[in-house]
Amino acid sequence: MLKRNIREYGMFIALFVIMAFFTIATNGIFISSRNISNLVNQMGYIAVLAIGMTLVIVIRHIDLSVGFLAGFLGAIAAIGLTAWGLPIWLVIPMVLALGVVTGLISATMIAKFGIPSFVATLAGWLIYRGALLQATLRTGTIIIPNKAFNAIGNGYIPDIPLEGFLPGLHKLTLLLGLCAAVLVVFSAISSRKKKMAYDFDVPSKAMFILQLIFTVILVGAVTYVLAGYNGLSWTTVIVLVVTLIYDFITTKTFLGRHIYAVGGNPEAAELSGISVDKITYVVFGSMGMLTALSGMLFASRLQSATTTAGTGFELDAIAAAYVGGVSSAGGVGKVTGSLIGAIVMMSLTNGMNLMGIDISTQYIVRGAVLVIAVVFDVATRKHRK
Amino acid sequence: MSVPILEMRHITKEFPGVKAVDDVSFTIESRQIHCLVGENGAGKSTLMKVLSGVHPFGSYEGEIFLDGELQKFKNTHDSERAGIAVIYQELALVPEMTVHENVFLGHELRKGLQVDINETIKQTIEILKKVRLDVNPATEIKDLGIGKQQLVEIAKALSRNARLLVLDEPTSALNETDSENLLDLLRELKQQGVSSILISHKLQEVISIADTVTVLRDGQSIITLDASKDEINRDVLIKNMVGRSIDNIYPEREKRELGEVIFEVRDWNAYDTNLGREILKDINIQVHKGEVVGITGLMGAGRTELALSLFGNAAGYNLRGEMILKGKQVRFSHPKKAIKAGLAYVTEDRKGDGLILIQDVKTNITLANLDRILRYGVINGNVEIKDARDYSDSLNIKTPSIEQKVVYLSGGNQQKVSLAKWLYVRPDIMILDEPTRGIDVGAKFEIFTIMNQLVKEGMSIIMISSELPEILSMTDRIYVISDGRLTGELEAKDADQESIMSLATS
Repeated sequence: MLKRNIREYGMFIALFVIMAFFTIATNGIFISSRNISNLVNQMGYIAVLAIGMTLVIVIRHIDLSVGFLAGFLGAIAAIGLTAWGLPIWLVIPMVLALGVVTGLISATMIAKFGIPSFVATLAGWLIYRGALLQATLRTGTIIIPNKAFNAIGNGYIPDIPLEGFLPGLHKLTLLLGLCAAVLVVFSAISSRKKKMAYDFDVPSKAMFILQLIFTVILVGAVTYVLAGYNGLSWTTVIVLVVTLIYDFITTKTFLGRHIYAVGGNPEAAELSGISVDKITYVVFGSMGMLTALSGMLFASRLQSATTTAGTGFELDAIAAAYVGGVSSAGGVGKVTGSLIGAIVMMSLTNGMNLMGIDISTQYIVRGAVLVIAVVFDVATRKHRK
Repeated sequence: MSVPILEMRHITKEFPGVKAVDDVSFTIESRQIHCLVGENGAGKSTLMKVLSGVHPFGSYEGEIFLDGELQKFKNTHDSERAGIAVIYQELALVPEMTVHENVFLGHELRKGLQVDINETIKQTIEILKKVRLDVNPATEIKDLGIGKQQLVEIAKALSRNARLLVLDEPTSALNETDSENLLDLLRELKQQGVSSILISHKLQEVISIADTVTVLRDGQSIITLDASKDEINRDVLIKNMVGRSIDNIYPEREKRELGEVIFEVRDWNAYDTNLGREILKDINIQVHKGEVVGITGLMGAGRTELALSLFGNAAGYNLRGEMILKGKQVRFSHPKKAIKAGLAYVTEDRKGDGLILIQDVKTNITLANLDRILRYGVINGNVEIKDARDYSDSLNIKTPSIEQKVVYLSGGNQQKVSLAKWLYVRPDIMILDEPTRGIDVGAKFEIFTIMNQLVKEGMSIIMISSELPEILSMTDRIYVISDGRLTGELEAKDADQESIMSLATS
């Protein structure tokens, strides 16, 4: 059981080891509520990119343009809110739609004109970098005065106004955590029941209960830590929602099946009645939309659009996806894995910052971790049968 | 008598589940041309891969002697160094590079660190003279015709001092004049001490050029003929190529009345824009309900291209002609539409474009018809498992579980997964492209039994195969294709292997 799932558990174990190490090395500062809350907020805009990038890599492509595109779309959001004076409820869908359009443009280059995705999106990297500079040319950094928009990257969900009850803890967060735990338990039980109704093999009752207890403890621990500071941030909520939606789509729907089929063997997919071109449009369209989301998360976090926003995001997202177990050979990789990958990479940065480690060393360590993760991945893939 | 240039002794090469080459021995004296003939899948190519080191020493049984010395090739470099040059059907030239660059590719002449371009050109001119090719060595390969490219390949081999050329179907893509030139050149090289092994389907050229011929069948060497002692003619070769007993390989077929015509193709033409020529010419085919129609022909005759063009995967082809399915004229722009209309296509190359090897059995089985397990676009995992188990059980797929990745199954079981996948779409017409390639006799029998069951239930099957015995035993009617044209239509009960062979080579 453990051996068969070592690839999936391996990442959790690695994350646990890294967190434990930093907790000890920083005398507990790392695991403090405030720091973890901070870490999640820092990671949000890379995490959503990594989720989109997962699908792009699964279908054997790459998207290098997402960094500066995120910066550019963040700037568009800023301009929309300031110079054009548009309301926030219009700006957000507009920028998301713009993101989809840019993604579809990349897809057209790749699917219709047959340009390798590396080249098509490298061109995008240059173009959006120029576009970002032009957008911020006259004003330089654009300060965003909109409170609601800035809350996306900095704010927290409101609390239940109950004075004196559980002081120092964020009560709505605890309540949501409790709901999540209950939901997980119920869906696990119902899925087990259905399986038994079909006469399928299920894990033994003891094993099942052990798994449930472990999951509940995990959810509880995370909720408790987050509730200790300001509770769930809006960024966390967004990342969780995006992850849940994408996980659902990739594992439970026909669209997910088609994506992995195209990644696993494009010729076979085509002959099975799946349009490889269509899947390419869908995946790059989704990448564009998530890039817009990432750009707005980042602009909101800085409360401004800067001339260098988005620099290197694409590489962080690609690294997170690879650490999370995506295979460049195509057809393999989970969005949840990439989320963990993003958390691993951000934990490294955050932890080393707390330890006061020099930035030059940080790059080297992160590079080494990336290599180790992929070597581990390749090795476990080979030995598995 | 001198020491033979090549001696292959008791070569056996097994792949999981199938013996591709089984205890084959033959000898080539120096200054001789040896031909290997046999049906597709008889083991010729595998044998040559053993010789060239593609299958390294240790992965096969038996011994290879070159000039009386035991050889242990670990890779193709070793065999090249020993003087063996293999020229495959797919030429190994770099189209964007010049003739002289290609001739010395991989063993460039150097002056210090630089490539000695002048010496290269000088030597290339000399070698080109030997192969009687009159082109400027600075011409790029892509500007040469296929016949001249073939000669550049031979020049390349000679530049490496090859003493034994292995040519795999060298004339299959050439026109008559180019073929004649090539054969003359081989005769000339023979006089200069370069021996050849020639693999060919064109029996006429084998008869004209061979000093010795070995006939392979099912991986075994059936007979070796010597032109100086035995008479080599068409009848002898064909008899030995196809003469296998067919007892216990094919299940009994019931004789039934056929239904109406369900599928018809009229004046079907395909022009390949990449190759710049017609690959299918005026094909007319009819399929009745409950009928098994065979399509056969030699490799490269256009069988797979025909299937793909009918199935809607015709990127790069310009199609002309009519297709009538269940009384309605149709034309599919994508396989998706062909599947919807009731067609299924089990591909020839199940690993390349049939299955998704890194995915498990159940995902592969349901892939082409996810609608059956969807509710509001969401996959019902439990129904999927149940369906996949049903299909897996009824086809008797041997797998530890339906969660096993397909890559770990044997060839026969992979083929059954492929079948299950296409049965899952509940087609009216199923095109099977080389359904028994690379699988053992037992699995073949099972697949044939399934086919019989399906037609009994009213499905129609188009079976594309180059294995004549199975075409003869398993079909009702046979179409023979040669060079993109329909050269014959035979009732299976009136046909025999000789008559098909002669249509296929005409």
